[in-house]
Parts: sequence; C-alpha cells; structure tokens
Amino acid sequence: MNICVCVKQIPDPTATQSLDPSTNNLVRAGKLVLDDSDTFGVEMALQLVDSAGGGEVTLVSMAPNGEVSGIRTGLAMGASKGILVSDPELAGSDALSTAKVLAAAIKTTEFDLVITATESTDGYTGTTPVQVAELLGLPSVSFAKKVEVVDGKLKVERQTEAGFDEVISPLPALVTVTAGVVEPRYPSFKGIMSAKSKPVTTLTVADLGLSGQVGGANSGQRVVAVRKAEARQVGTIIEDNDDAVGQLVAYLEQLKVI
Amino acid sequence: MSIGKIWVLAEFAEAKPTTTTLELISAASTFADTVEAFAWGEGVAQYQDALGAFGVSKLYDIGSLAGSLPGPKVAAAMAEEMSGNTPPDAIFFAASYDGRDAAARLSARLSVGVITNVVNLVSDGPGLSAEHAIFGGEVIVTSKFEGSGPQIFVIRAKSFAPEATRSASCEVVSAKVADLGPTDGAKVTASHAEERSGPKLDEAPVVVSGGRGLGQPDKYQLVEELATLLNGAPGASRAIVDAGWVPYSYQVGQTGKTVKPNLYITVGISGATQHMVGMKGSKNIVAINKDKEAPIFQVCDFGIVGDASKIVPKLIEAIKTR
Repeated sequence: MNICVCVKQIPDPTATQSLDPSTNNLVRAGKLVLDDSDTFGVEMALQLVDSAGGGEVTLVSMAPNGEVSGIRTGLAMGASKGILVSDPELAGSDALSTAKVLAAAIKTTEFDLVITATESTDGYTGTTPVQVAELLGLPSVSFAKKVEVVDGKLKVERQTEAGFDEVISPLPALVTVTAGVVEPRYPSFKGIMSAKSKPVTTLTVADLGLSGQVGGANSGQRVVAVRKAEARQVGTIIEDNDDAVGQLVAYLEQLKVI
Repeated sequence: MSIGKIWVLAEFAEAKPTTTTLELISAASTFADTVEAFAWGEGVAQYQDALGAFGVSKLYDIGSLAGSLPGPKVAAAMAEEMSGNTPPDAIFFAASYDGRDAAARLSARLSVGVITNVVNLVSDGPGLSAEHAIFGGEVIVTSKFEGSGPQIFVIRAKSFAPEATRSASCEVVSAKVADLGPTDGAKVTASHAEERSGPKLDEAPVVVSGGRGLGQPDKYQLVEELATLLNGAPGASRAIVDAGWVPYSYQVGQTGKTVKPNLYITVGISGATQHMVGMKGSKNIVAINKDKEAPIFQVCDFGIVGDASKIVPKLIEAIKTR
C-alpha cells in the first residue's frame, strides 16, 4: 500500500509572525518546521503501510527556497521519500493554487491513499485537502478520528457536530485526519541519520505543467487591508493567595453567573 | 444593495435550521436582493417556511444523499444550477465539517477561489470584502476576490446575528444530481451521537476550558465539575485534545469551535494563537494559569496567577458553600 502525505513546512508557530508590508503575504523567511498537525498524518500513514505489510510513504510539500527541513522530519519518522515543489512563481498562492500544485505533484507518484491534516496551523483555510481530492477525482473523508484499511477499503470514523459517522470509501481516496488520531512517534537517532540520505525530488511549476496557472499572480483574491484588531482592556490580574478565590467568587457574583 | 443574488448552503440539526445557517441567511439578506438556499437530506422541503421567514425565496432541494457525504453532491448541484444560468454573486458556506467540504469541492470544480474563516463581510462595490483574523485574532485581514465567478465564502459561526431583516415566500425546487462516479464514493454506514449532558459548547452562556496546565488528564474532571456548577459547557485547548485527554468535539479554537459566551473561564491554558481565535469574542474572560507571562493574561478580565489544579478545587468548594 502506497500513501502520499501532504505536509506543510511552516514558520515556527511559537515565534513571532508577521506579514510582508509590500505584499501582505506571510513572511516565510528563516527556518521552516514541519507543521505539528501533519505529524498525525505521517504517523497514520506509517501505521497503515505497516499493517498492509508493505509499501511506501511519500511526503508531498510545497515550500519556498527549496526548503526541506520539515520534510526531513517526516522522513526521520520513517517516510520513504519526498516530493518538494518549490518555485518563486508560487509566492502568494491561495488555497486553490496550492491544491492544484499538490494534486499535480501527487500524480507524479503511485498512491492508494492521500492523507492530509484537516488544516494547516498557519494559514488554516482548511479547504486545500478537499480541493486536492476534487482535482484528482477522488472521494474524500474529512475530519477522521480513526482510520483503518479493511478488505481494500478505507474505514473511517468521521467527526460530526453530534458525534461521529462511520464512513467506508473505496481506494484510492483522500482522508484528512484530526490531531490526536494517533500518537506521532519521535524520530529516532537512526531515523534522523537515515533521513539525510532519503531521496527528495524537487519540482518546479513548469515541471508540473502548471506555468501561468498557479501562484499569487493567478490567485483570484487579494488582501486589500490589514489592521490590528481592537485590543481587549487588560483586567485585574492577581497572584494566588488566601483571598484570590474569594475575589474570583465576588467577580462571578457580579456577573450574576452564581 | 448592489449585489443581486446570494446562495447559502443551509444545514439542519434537531429538526430546524442551525443557528449558523440563520446567521448566514441574515447576513446575505442585508447584502443581496435575492437570497436562495441549497439543502440536502430527507424531507428538507419542510423547512421552506423557516427559511422564508429569514428572507430565502427559493430552496433548492438536493434530496436524500443515500449515504453519501454532502460535499460532492452539494457542489455538483450548485454547479449544475449555474450552468446556463446567471450564477449568484456570492455563495455562503458555514465553517462546519460539511460546509468546508462542499465549498472546497465547488471551488475546485469551478476553478474559482474561496475565502475561508470569514468573521465579517463588507459590501464593496459590486462584491463583498471579507475579514478574517490571523495571529490569534491580533490582526484582521481584509480580502476580496478579483476576476469573475461567484465569490465563495466560508464563514465562521457567530460572525453575524441571526436576525431576520425581511421575509420571503419560499418556493421549493428539486436539485437532484446524477451519479458522480468515484468522487462520491465515500458512504456513511452508521451515525453515532456522543452523549454530552448540559448545554452545547457553542451555545452555552458559560464555558470552562481546560489545558495542559492542569497537569494530568484526570484533573480535567475539575473543569467538568466547574462547568456543571455554572450551568456551562466544558471545553478544551488543542494541546489536551492532541494528547487524547478529551475528544476533538471539546476543542475551542482555530481548529475547533468558536464560542462567544457571556463568561469564558480558562484553566491552565496559556492562550496560544490557536486557542485565542476561538474565544476572544467572549464577553467576559477569566484566566487561571501559573505563568504570569502567558498571553491569556493579555485578554482576560480577571486573572489568577497560580496552579490551576489547586485553585479550581477551592473555587468549586467556595461556590458550593455559598
């Protein structure tokens, strides 16, 4: 069983983030890291390939400047190879543009299943995965909280407003996994060492035959304004002491919730 | 009004339109002369009056999905209705599990962009400008579409008030779709409801959310107990959902529910950007966290710097003995 996992390499989410004032694009200078949300998909893929008794996990990513540090993290977890699409033309891509690139990159490899996170931590549009599915003509099951392959079919527990649905889909298919679906492994030292020699193919927009169809210049939307949100008034902050709980109770009484 | 027509994907739960559906229709009615809705499921025609009361003049009835997930069929029904006809100026989807799927499918099918996580819309000449929050709600970005094609917006819950500004007589038309082949291959074989007592997380007047600062998974019961005492709902940060302490349905934040209760209490939550997006609109915020530098203290109205697992039991006791 061969699985493609879409992974995003993002600016460290714990660092201060900013927008480029001239383009209003997220500044992606500096080191990129594997989006934590994607570690669940990578782990899921590794487990499914294991239980299928063989196959490859391929990581597919789109990032500027030939960035592979996040892909290497996924390879260190155990994925077999990576495909990176990197091209200056892709700066400012919207979700659909990104989906077109990922779909074309996925098509360069053999796959039975595509796994993604439900959304990235930085851009969080949450539409790219299902756009990829539509572009590839695949069924999709989003918000999976449990994934199995049984008798050649995908069996998923899908989060719903009320609880969850059991969903069965033929393969090939695309599934988006929620955080917590599996416990992602930490890369071992051996894994980290072997990741350095695993193959990562770098492709350009032209290689994918998408010249003039993707990237900021071909995204149908643009940012017209950026402003600071109204800051909330900072309230009363107290250190925990004998009276702290009493003061909090008084505050709750004032709100009439007790 | 400079916008002619807006479509809204209507969703239903417990035999009525969801609150978010009414929010979307209300907003659409303030922008457009004509508001029409699409809906899937057995017998949705029964909702024509409920939707008409908020200004919907036509309900496209996709009918029973026969087990399919909604995304492919909703997108196909909308695309088919557009072909040969004047498309709507904009289409509104809720940022729900199914709304996002349908919007994504439609966007790829029509090859037009989609703007997601919308928290406000502003009429802007022939179209709409959309606002969404980034960096944990610190920065508001306004985006708009360029080029032709319907403008697809995925709108977060509680962005607009569900208030009818006009009513319409709502006609029902069939919008059944033909077999879609492989894209429609995923089928629901069973549905399960998770038992949750008390008010719903996104509707409760009081929400108490727990995070990593609780220390141990078993301490989460303190959050549940406090929520119950305050007639509220328990919620959670992404960190403890990722760690498996509570199910995903408890999560408040960018990747979870958006809540705007009268009172939001965080217990052992530092206030990562991920969390802030989902709760910053709460009327009153109380924070209990041991790190006084935690970002949550920048947005709270009342905060205690201390160990949540020690303070909450005292708080529960104090409320009980009042």
